[in-house]
Amino acid sequence: MSEWPAQPKVLGTRVPRVDGPAKVTGQARYTSDVQLEGLLIGMILRSKWPAARILRINLDKARKMPGIKAAVAVQDGPRIVRYYGEELAAVAGVSRQACEDALRAIEIEAEPLPFVVREEDARKPDAPRVWEQAPNAPPPRVQETGNVDAAFAECAAVIEGFYTTAVQLHHPMETHGCTVLWNDEGITAWASTQGISSVRDGLAGALRVDQSKVRVITEHMGGGFGSKFGPGVEGILAARLAREAGAPVKLMLSRFEEALAVGNRPSSFQRIKLGAKADGTLHAFEYENYGTAGVGAGQATEGGGGGADLPMPYIYRVPNRRIKQTTVAINAGSARAFRAPGHPVASFGMESAMDDLAVKLGMDPLELRIKNDPSEIRQREYRIGAERFGWKEKYRKPGSSPGPVKVGVGVASATWGGGGSRRTQGEVQINPDGSVEVRLGVQDIGTGTRTVAAVVAAEVLGLKPEQITVKFGDTRFPPGPGSGGSVTSPSVAPTVFDACTRALEQLQKQTGVPDARGENWRAACKKLGVTPLVVQGQWREGLSSSGVGGVQFAEVAVDTETGLVTVKKIVVVQDCGLVVDPLTAESQVNGGVIMGIGFALYEERVMDWQTGVVLNPNYETYKLPGLADVPEIDIVLLNMPERGVIGLGEPVHIPTAAAIANAVANALGVRVPSLPITPRKVLAALGKIPAPKSSAA
Amino acid sequence: MKPTDASSTGRLSRRDFFKGLGTTAVAAAAAQAESVAQELQKLNAEKVLGPGPVPVTLKVNGKTHRLELEPRVTLLDALRNHLGLTGPKEGCDRAACGACTVWLDGVAIYACQKLAIDAQGHEITTVEGLTPDGRLTPVQQAFVERDALQCGYCTPGFVMSVSALLRKKPKPTVDDVLHACAGNVCRCGTHPRVLEAALIAAGVRPVSMTRTEVISHV
Repeated sequence: MSEWPAQPKVLGTRVPRVDGPAKVTGQARYTSDVQLEGLLIGMILRSKWPAARILRINLDKARKMPGIKAAVAVQDGPRIVRYYGEELAAVAGVSRQACEDALRAIEIEAEPLPFVVREEDARKPDAPRVWEQAPNAPPPRVQETGNVDAAFAECAAVIEGFYTTAVQLHHPMETHGCTVLWNDEGITAWASTQGISSVRDGLAGALRVDQSKVRVITEHMGGGFGSKFGPGVEGILAARLAREAGAPVKLMLSRFEEALAVGNRPSSFQRIKLGAKADGTLHAFEYENYGTAGVGAGQATEGGGGGADLPMPYIYRVPNRRIKQTTVAINAGSARAFRAPGHPVASFGMESAMDDLAVKLGMDPLELRIKNDPSEIRQREYRIGAERFGWKEKYRKPGSSPGPVKVGVGVASATWGGGGSRRTQGEVQINPDGSVEVRLGVQDIGTGTRTVAAVVAAEVLGLKPEQITVKFGDTRFPPGPGSGGSVTSPSVAPTVFDACTRALEQLQKQTGVPDARGENWRAACKKLGVTPLVVQGQWREGLSSSGVGGVQFAEVAVDTETGLVTVKKIVVVQDCGLVVDPLTAESQVNGGVIMGIGFALYEERVMDWQTGVVLNPNYETYKLPGLADVPEIDIVLLNMPERGVIGLGEPVHIPTAAAIANAVANALGVRVPSLPITPRKVLAALGKIPAPKSSAA
Repeated sequence: MKPTDASSTGRLSRRDFFKGLGTTAVAAAAAQAESVAQELQKLNAEKVLGPGPVPVTLKVNGKTHRLELEPRVTLLDALRNHLGLTGPKEGCDRAACGACTVWLDGVAIYACQKLAIDAQGHEITTVEGLTPDGRLTPVQQAFVERDALQCGYCTPGFVMSVSALLRKKPKPTVDDVLHACAGNVCRCGTHPRVLEAALIAAGVRPVSMTRTEVISHV
C-alpha cells in the first residue's frame, strides 16, 4: 500500500515545468553556455584512418601557433586506433579559430591498417580483425528450453523471417562536452551529463585526484538518451588541457564528432522462426541474431550497457525456444546505452514475426497478442487501446486497402522496469522567511525531474510548486543515481517525500505549531528565528515500484508509387504507477513516440565500406522527424497511485517502430523487414525496383 | 566596389573594344585595361579584411557593441563567445538544426551561417531581446503552459522561429507553423506541443495533435 496521500492537492495536476521560464528566455545555463574569466576553447584531433598504428604524434608546431595555450596527446607512445574519429590529441586556445588552425599543425606518423565496417564483411573468416587477439564474431551464446525441433513439427503454422535494424545515433541537441576549471582547490567540471556522480568518479580516476577534490555541475543539459554517463575521452582531455594551460577550458564536441565517437544503438540481424498451434498459442521459437556495437560496448567506452544482445522472445512466452546471439566487432565507434537498450530492437523483431504469423494463421494480429501476452496490465491496455484507436473498424486484411496510397494499422507492446534507486539521498532547507530549497545530487536531463521534486515537496508541505526552489546537478548535494533506466523519478520522488515529511515534523516540533502546512506556513517558519532548518532524507520503500507494460497502435499511409510512409496516428496506452505530473509525463510519451518514428522510418548511420568513414555525420543527412512528420498522438496513461512512482521515459519509446512496421506491412500486404523503412525499401518490397544487394546496407 | 566604377568599366563593351582595336590604338585599349586593373587592385586591397581581428560593430537587442573579431568569426560565435549571450545555441554550426535562430532585421536566420562582419548595419535580435522587461511574451508563456520544451536546448530557436512568424502573420494556419519551424530540430520530441503553443499564442484554437486521458486504475 502506498503512502502517497489519498486525496492529493498537487500530485497528479498539470504543473508546468518549473524551469520552463528559464529555458524559453535563453537564461537557463547549459554546459556549452558556461563563461569563465580567461576561458579557453578546446578541440580534438581525431583519426582519419578507420584503423592505424600511430607511431608518433608531434605537437610542437601546434603548441607554437598563435593563441594556443596547451596541447596534449591522448596517449604517449605508439598505439592502435580502431575507428575513424578516434581521439588522438587535443589543443586549447583563445578561440575556436585558433584551435582549428592548430589542429592542422599537429603532425601524425601512422601506418594505416586493414579495416572492416560492414557486419556481414566482419563475420567472414578472412576479415581484418578489429581486435588482434579475438575474432570479430565470437561463437554465439545459446539458450535452449524444451524441444524446439519436435515442437515445430507440432505447429499448425510456422513462419520464418529475417528482420534487421540499423545503427541509430543518439544525437542530443547539446553535444557532449565539459568546461573544466582546475585550480588549487581541485577540479570543477561543468558537464553535459546524465550522471554527475559517474563523471566525478571518472575524472577523479583518470586524473588521479581524490573524489573529494572533484566537483561536477550540471545545471541544465541538452539531452543524452543514454550516451552521457561518463566524462568521456573529451572530458578527460578538457581537464588535462586545463591543467597544462593553467586556465579553464571548454571542450564541446561538434555535431560531426557526435556521429563518430560518443555512442550509438547497435544494429541487429534477426533470423526468426516462430510457430503456433491452430488456436494461435505460441509453441516454438528459434532465433539467431547478431549486431554490431562497433569496436565494443560497456564501461570501457564510458557508455555502460549498449551491447547487441536482445531480450527475446520479448514479452511473449514460448515453451520451446532456442536463442543464439552474438556481437560483431567492426571499425566504428562503440555502442552506448540508448533509450531502453535492446528493447525497441527486440520489439521490432518479435512483433514483426507475430504479425507475419497472424497472417499465416488467418488471425487478427491483436487477437494473437491477447491470446499470448501473459501481462494482465497489457491485456487491459489492448482493450482500452483497441477501443480508442477503433481497431475493429480500421483493421483490414493485409494489402486490401484500395488505391495507390494504402493505409494500414499495426500494434506492438513493451515491457520495462523503471524502479527507483534505494541509495538516493536528499535534503530540504526551510528558511525563516518560508522559502524552501530541495537539494539532490541528481540531474534533470529534460524529463522534468526538477518539476517532480517541486510537486512532491509542495504536496507534503502544503505549498505551491512555484514556492519550492529545486537545486539539482551538483556533486556537493546528497548523491542520487544517474538518469538512466527510467529510474530518476522513482528515486527522487520518494526521497523528497521522506525529506519533506521529516522536515515538516521537525518544524512543527521545534516551533510548536501543530500543523505548519498551507496558511500556517509563514508564521511557523518565522519562529525558526535566524537559523534555517536543514533536514536529510533518503529513498524509502512503499512510494515507488517497477515493472510497466505499454501498448501502441499505429496507423500509416504508404504511397506505393513513391514508397513514402506517412504516420497518421499513434495511440499510446501506458501505465507508470502514480502519475506525478500529467503535463510532463505526456511530453515524455510524445518524445518516445517521435524518436520511435525516427527509428522506424529515417534514422540510420551510413558507413562507407571502402573508406571506413561515416557518410552522414550531420543533421542534414541523418534525418530526424520534423514538425511536419509528427502524427496525432493519443495518450492514455493508466494512473495507479497504489503502485507509487515508476519511470516512463524508456517504455514509451519501445513499441512505436514495431507498430509502424506492422502497419506498413498491413497496408502493403508485404513486409518491409528492415528498419528504417525508406521509400527505396518499400518500392523494393513491392517489386518495383530491384532489391538492394545487402539487406543491411 | 563603388557603383560608378562598375558602370564605367562595364561601358567598355566588346564592340567598343574591337572598334578601338580597329581604329587608333591598341595602346589606348591596353592603357585603359591597365588602369582598370590598377583600379581593381586598389579596391581589392581596401576590401581585404583579416586574417587578423578587425573592428566589428554589432547592434544586438538595441545595444551597439564594438568588437575586434577575425573576419571568419560567425555571428553565432560572436553572440555566444564574445558577447556572452546564452539564448542562441549551437547545435550543428551548419544550418541544419535551428538552435541558433536569431532575427536579422526581424527575419529569422541561422546565426551560424552569417559572418559577424556581414551582420553589421543590421538589427540583430536574440531571444534575450524579446523580453527586455523580463516578462514572458505570449509565445514564451504558451511554450511554458503547453510544455513545448523538454531539455530546452532547441527551445530558444523554436521561440524565435514562431515569434517571427506571428509578427508577419498574427493568425497563422497549422501549415504556416509547420513551415516556419521546418528548419528547427528537436531531439526530445516536443513537436506537437510547439505547434499547439504557437497556435495558442496566436489566439487560434489549436487542432490538438495530441490528446491525453489519465485513467484511474480500477
